[in-house]
Amino acid sequence: MLKIENLHATAGGKEILKGVSLTVNAGEVHAIMGPNGSGKSTLAQVIAGHPGFEVTQGSIVYDGENLLDLQPEERAQHGVFLAFQYPVEIPGVTNAYFLRSAYNEIRKARGEQQVDPMEFLDVMEQKLKLVDMDPDMLHRSVNAGFSGGEKKRNEILQMAVLEPKLAILDETDSGLDIDALRVVAGGVNALKKPTNATIVVTHYQRLLNYIVPDKVHVLAHGKIVKSGGKELALELEARGYDWVLEAA
Amino acid sequence: MSAALAKYAEAFAAAEAAPGSPAWLAELRKAAHAEFNSIGFPTTRNENWHYTSVTPIAERTFRPLKGAQSSAAIGGLIERAVGDASWARAVFLNGQFEPSHSSLASLGRGVRVSTLTAALAEQPDFVSAHLGKLAAWNAQAFTAFNTAFVQDGLVVRVARGVKAEMPLHVLHLVDKQAAGCMIHPRLLVVLEPSAELTVVESYISERGVEYFTNGVGEATLGDGARFYHCKVQRESREAFHVGTLQATQGRDSLFHSFSYASGGALSRTNTYTRLAGQGAEVRLNGLYLIDGAQHADHQTIVEHIAPGCASRELYKGILDGESHGVFNGKVYVEPEAQQTDGKQTNHALLLSPTARVDTKPQLEIFADDVKCTHGATVGRLDDIALFYLKSRGMGADHARAVLTYAFAAEVLETVELDELRDGLEKIAFERFTRA
Repeated sequence: MLKIENLHATAGGKEILKGVSLTVNAGEVHAIMGPNGSGKSTLAQVIAGHPGFEVTQGSIVYDGENLLDLQPEERAQHGVFLAFQYPVEIPGVTNAYFLRSAYNEIRKARGEQQVDPMEFLDVMEQKLKLVDMDPDMLHRSVNAGFSGGEKKRNEILQMAVLEPKLAILDETDSGLDIDALRVVAGGVNALKKPTNATIVVTHYQRLLNYIVPDKVHVLAHGKIVKSGGKELALELEARGYDWVLEAA
Repeated sequence: MSAALAKYAEAFAAAEAAPGSPAWLAELRKAAHAEFNSIGFPTTRNENWHYTSVTPIAERTFRPLKGAQSSAAIGGLIERAVGDASWARAVFLNGQFEPSHSSLASLGRGVRVSTLTAALAEQPDFVSAHLGKLAAWNAQAFTAFNTAFVQDGLVVRVARGVKAEMPLHVLHLVDKQAAGCMIHPRLLVVLEPSAELTVVESYISERGVEYFTNGVGEATLGDGARFYHCKVQRESREAFHVGTLQATQGRDSLFHSFSYASGGALSRTNTYTRLAGQGAEVRLNGLYLIDGAQHADHQTIVEHIAPGCASRELYKGILDGESHGVFNGKVYVEPEAQQTDGKQTNHALLLSPTARVDTKPQLEIFADDVKCTHGATVGRLDDIALFYLKSRGMGADHARAVLTYAFAAEVLETVELDELRDGLEKIAFERFTRA
């Protein structure tokens, strides 16, 4: 589904990704771990098309298409979703409008019928339950005045509404208490299908107790320095990152 | 006297000769006309007009509108107004009162509303006690111009402790019969202690009509009175507009003014208040949405005279094309006005590289125990926020429209009247999301 080869990316002239290669197949969950500043979030954002980074070398092929040729909205319409580490607040625009607009854009791209506000409420009813959110939040402004946990839940809610083929969770666990973490992970697991894939970017092993990965990769200094199964995450938790960095 | 002023002398002589005005009003007009001639149209050397050239107004000659007129266009113009049809309503077409489209009876006991013409006949002492007492016809050219040529307007008086049962909607409508004309409407509001009133003034005109509206309002808020004033200016793109509202506030009174400006070739909105009684509060808000070659200017003056008063100002502008926006906010804190709490904020969003904003906060503080802040920003849409929306599948144009609307929404939320707020949100949203 996703094949990244020798990816190099810079921000403000500084090279952050220095040759990342990664293959993700349908039905898989991959965890990308690594110390702070290793380039984990950059990788997630480059896949989604963040304007702050420039890809200088390498390729990202998604479903047979060169992803780097597509605008961020086209990537989303093709089924790529990034749950932001810092979701943006949009005062004055209700969640209902925002979610329905996004939902309709994606349906339009798939050649499906658009839905009106009443039909959309029916769609939302079940999605809200998935992330344990009050329907009142639909009438609040997007993320404005939300707590950290509410913002992260709102990201997963958007994911549930848009049903992406490739979901990338960028540090979705940071700042969450254990209950919120369970809700968020439960949402992600419920959305898992044999036809889609998930990339979980995280600093801590904790989230991986709830979202069990098929593969774990360690990113350091802009490269993947080690890959393994889910047991690698436990080993990193016990021993830290130094031994991997030294071995690399 | 300059040529720009001399051309109005004949019109003034004709107005002066017209019968019906009481002697005191004739004197007031005469004095205002003399002031207008001596002050002249402001130039950009005048610090209050530094960023706004009124040359397009000064170089034209606007005629007073006279005689009977057709009211055929009224229905269509009323439909375009934002508000609720059940509100009390005073309709003026080209400055003339239209009784058959107005309904003023429903404001309840203790609320007396009449046209200026009627009030001069029915309650002359009340009018003479208040008209021209707050507005600075002896210092401001456009206020003098209005006072010299004042046609009709509205006089509202709310008795002690009375809360008007519904908002009063004043519709200033203009159709092509007024092409080349000047209209000088007047508003006089007197709220006795603890009275409460909401006034919405809508300025709407037919497309393509060039004319000049020069309105003046005066509002006296007794102790504990509450006055909510909204001005919605959506005139033709050829129109010229100057509007001045001067308030004075008693102890613990509240004045909230909201200005929405999206019309006119050149518009200037002056909102001035004197916080004369301890504990009074004023909130001044505004939103202007302009493009093409439009020019929109807001000036506020808040005079903190009594101690313990609060002033809050938030103005926002969204500018496209080669439009030019101006905000000038003055706050004076007199030596007596200790424990003043003042905050002034204005933000502008530029959608094109050729749009321009000039913003000038002015704080003059003569008391030592005060809290006064001001802040201003001029910016463009945030790239990260745009990316957020795009990453959810929204196209670039849609994402920009949503964020532009979101910028406006913060200040629209300050409008208390649900029907007005919802209506303004709708037109602002449609303005930015239309394909």
